[in-house]
Amino acid sequence: MAKPSLTGGLGWHLGKGFDLALISAAAPRRRNLPVWRWLGPLSPALAIMGLFFAGPIIYSVYIAFTNKALTGAGALHPKWVGLANYKQLFSDPLFVHSLELTLIFVVGSAIIGQNTLGFLIALLERGKNSVVTATLNAVIISAWVMPELVAAFCWYAYLYQGGTLDSFLHHMGLSEDWLYTTPMLAIVIANVWRGTAFSMLVYSAGLSEVPTDLLECAKVDGAGQIALLRRVIIPLLRRSIVTNLMLITLQTLGDFTLIFIMTAGGPGEASQTTPLYIYQQALQLYDISYGTAISIVLLIIGALFSLIYIKLIKVEEQV
Amino acid sequence: MSAISATNTVHPDAPAQSTTVAGGRFHITSPRATMAKISAYGVLALVAVFFITPLLWLVLASLEPQAAVGSATPLALSFSNYAKILNWSETFLPLINSAIQSGATAAITVVVSLFAAYPLSRYQMRFRRPFLYAIVFSTGLPLTAVLVPVYAMFARFDLVDNVPAVILFMTATSLPFGIWLMKGFMDGVPLDLEQAAWVDGASWVDSLRRIVAPLMMPGIAVIAIFTFAAQWGNFYVPFILLSSTNKLPASVAIYQFFSFEGGIEYGQLAAFAIIYTLPTVGLWLVLSRFLRGKFNFAGAVKG
Repeated sequence: MAKPSLTGGLGWHLGKGFDLALISAAAPRRRNLPVWRWLGPLSPALAIMGLFFAGPIIYSVYIAFTNKALTGAGALHPKWVGLANYKQLFSDPLFVHSLELTLIFVVGSAIIGQNTLGFLIALLERGKNSVVTATLNAVIISAWVMPELVAAFCWYAYLYQGGTLDSFLHHMGLSEDWLYTTPMLAIVIANVWRGTAFSMLVYSAGLSEVPTDLLECAKVDGAGQIALLRRVIIPLLRRSIVTNLMLITLQTLGDFTLIFIMTAGGPGEASQTTPLYIYQQALQLYDISYGTAISIVLLIIGALFSLIYIKLIKVEEQV
Repeated sequence: MSAISATNTVHPDAPAQSTTVAGGRFHITSPRATMAKISAYGVLALVAVFFITPLLWLVLASLEPQAAVGSATPLALSFSNYAKILNWSETFLPLINSAIQSGATAAITVVVSLFAAYPLSRYQMRFRRPFLYAIVFSTGLPLTAVLVPVYAMFARFDLVDNVPAVILFMTATSLPFGIWLMKGFMDGVPLDLEQAAWVDGASWVDSLRRIVAPLMMPGIAVIAIFTFAAQWGNFYVPFILLSSTNKLPASVAIYQFFSFEGGIEYGQLAAFAIIYTLPTVGLWLVLSRFLRGKFNFAGAVKG
């Protein structure tokens, strides 16, 4: 299979995402293997993932039914409190607020922002001067590969009162602390900036596999640009689109660092998405059990998306 | 724009996309296509501005001797910010900590997932399908939600601020993706190559070490680099699980620099951020080179 360009090569691998054909495609050798033959090589992985990944998740289900805390009475002798944490959760306006903000963040920055912008860039770059597109890709990709913390600093410095944008707008008589007045918009834009490269790579890899003859035929048949997009390109890219949407949703759902550095959830609770609320409850207010209960809700949301994602690709594969 | 002038303004070296008939007098798609091309480049230029501006701040601020955030006249460029931060406690120690923690995570991830991938790729077993689905599933779980119970567990067993435990946790989180990729790469190594060795009585460890692993070196490199880069950029995990200053990786050290020093030295912060970012960019360049090459083992099989 052709892997057209430097960035296309990576996009090709990413765009395939989790190619579930891998699960059935293998070269199985022997049946009736003694257990140790497969359990032996797997056991280090199982031990590490069991102790440090599955273990804590199972432990968390227990903690969430107690009043465990890092200080006070709950610290030494946590007591069983049943569903009290969950009852508190669903009557907690700050929690509901954090879910709403998470939804805005995911839809705004990933599903609308990164997805659309990435698709647009991939589409516009088709058949353009290769020096121009390679340079542009390098800039977009460096925003993606740099550590999240540094990306957050860049945007903090850009939007802060007295920052780059502010001192530029100052000449026009505007002065604004964008992180204070429009915190959600600020983190959404910063996350679009940071994450668009992924969608762009996935889509340009997908587009490179759309046969040119097909597009030429459609053009000869009188299809306009919009019809071409709607009737030919988007249906052909369906699998890339599904993969991309699910992966960026899962990525964005648990995002902490970018928001923590830029606004720390503030001002007040104006940009406190669920991961930041968990951090505040569990690690700043030391209410571990309540923080864990919120974590479980976030885990369940992530798990649902993860399951839908697997289902969707499975269906695609059978078609 | 009228049709006639549009025909005249067609760019002479417009690429072959516009179909030219009879010496350039009739262009089937030209007026629209030219406009489309110009507006496409216009949009791409806007995109470029959007992406380049924050990056530019980072570079300029690091070279500015007395940087307030984005002060307007970056005329006197110097490396004084770099000179100020290049010392043991502020830069070198955190970078070394980052290298040790990410390096150990990458090394353990590679070895453990190489072992785990072998039976998943080579043997028929009932357990394989559910295991692989579980792996795909777990890569989707939001890590921020796992970290609070992990912290509770670490506190319970007195593991907070324990570097090896943190490395094992980071390994646990990188393993699902590592095993998945490793199995994919291993499926690409033809079984025929191993069969000869089996006839000679080689065990699975022998054939993994001497035949399979050397053939999938590019794949192993990809997984190692990917894991290393991901942990190098990891802020949240060490931020929560480590506390001693001399154990902190660069990500947390930068954050402390940013949040605790009274009156932030933005120039130095930017310089530190650039030094911290460079290895990631370098690794990414290596990675993209590996990925561009084909994972093709056909050459190793006799035709």
